[in-house]
Amino acid sequence: MQCPKCRGAMRTYERNGVHIDQCESCRGIFLDYGELETLTRMESQWSQQSHAAPPPPPPPVHGAPGYGAPAWGAPHHGHYGHHRQRSWVGMLFST
Amino acid sequence: MDSDDLIDTLRRIGIEYGGVAGTVLPTRPDVIIMRAGSVVVKAHAPGAEREPLVERMRATAHPALRQIMLQPVTEEVITAGDRLVTVWPAGTPVNPADPDAAPWEAAARLLARLHAVPARTLPPLREAGGPGRVATTVARLGDRSAAELAVRRAFSCLPSPSAGPGGLTHGDWHMGQMVRAPDEWILIDNDDLGVGDQAWDLSRPAAWFAAGLLEPQVWHRFLDAYRAAGGTAVPPDGDPWERLEIPAQAMTIQLAAAAVSTAGRAGRPLDEVEEILVEACLRIIRHRSACHAVPTQ
Repeated sequence: MQCPKCRGAMRTYERNGVHIDQCESCRGIFLDYGELETLTRMESQWSQQSHAAPPPPPPPVHGAPGYGAPAWGAPHHGHYGHHRQRSWVGMLFST
Repeated sequence: MDSDDLIDTLRRIGIEYGGVAGTVLPTRPDVIIMRAGSVVVKAHAPGAEREPLVERMRATAHPALRQIMLQPVTEEVITAGDRLVTVWPAGTPVNPADPDAAPWEAAARLLARLHAVPARTLPPLREAGGPGRVATTVARLGDRSAAELAVRRAFSCLPSPSAGPGGLTHGDWHMGQMVRAPDEWILIDNDDLGVGDQAWDLSRPAAWFAAGLLEPQVWHRFLDAYRAAGGTAVPPDGDPWERLEIPAQAMTIQLAAAAVSTAGRAGRPLDEVEEILVEACLRIIRHRSACHAVPTQ
């Protein structure tokens, strides 16, 4: 893709689930349809979280008998919850 | 052919099959997807080889994969300059803004049904593309920062892939690889479809769970639905990790390598999720060294 401003080459980045095209020459940024709304939503979620008390840890889960977690797995209760809208969601949906 | 010419060609193909001028949809950077009415036109990644794609299109269009893999509008592989183009019915993807609503059970059932199709009933397919991507992703990684070195070291601890008996695999499953078309969920993207270790199709959720990113409840919903649907990549009961361990470790390393490369290109520190993946690589190194240390002579 070419930059509409300077005709430089645009390079695509995926940041926290948002597609950003940045011009390698003038560093201008292009957002796809809906991405500005996604950014606004993530910002408001972030500010809500940073003002609210941290969420309670998830209850411990016991796998069904005979299959649990691998020995090299995360040691505690994992990191879920507080970054649901961050780069992990992007990873959930991309190659 | 420059990108404007390619877009014009895709638009002409969209008008031919979908009846209207299409618009480009967001996707990964190396692929172009154009929606034109009831079809999407896909320009495959640069460098995609024609003959293997022709074979995969033939296999994907086979009746045995109906209601499992999305059937193409035409089996034809169109050439547009140096790119290969295929045409598919349009569907509705999983909504990334609502990850809690992601259809984990439907995904598990589709993969179980795909794995149940004997590869010999389909037109011949090559080796699935998934496992090879770990090595290429790690090869693109730098070798200076602590994170880069950790990911490289974890990769060097992995056993070399064994060429065991394989079955039909999607090769690159994640939540972006399903659409509703028109009402039922169905698998899309045959770029890595082939014959190989079917546990590879479970390796992303297994890696996310092991790294502590995917809630255990969600992982068990997925795994239980896969087993309930007769999925063959893991034993029907008992410990699934005997089959999942190596694919999940390999995928963890691949995801970490891609994440560290992306952060490096953007010139920023690793974010929390990326750090979690690198930590998982460190645990893989410790685990593999502890389990598989062999005294040297």
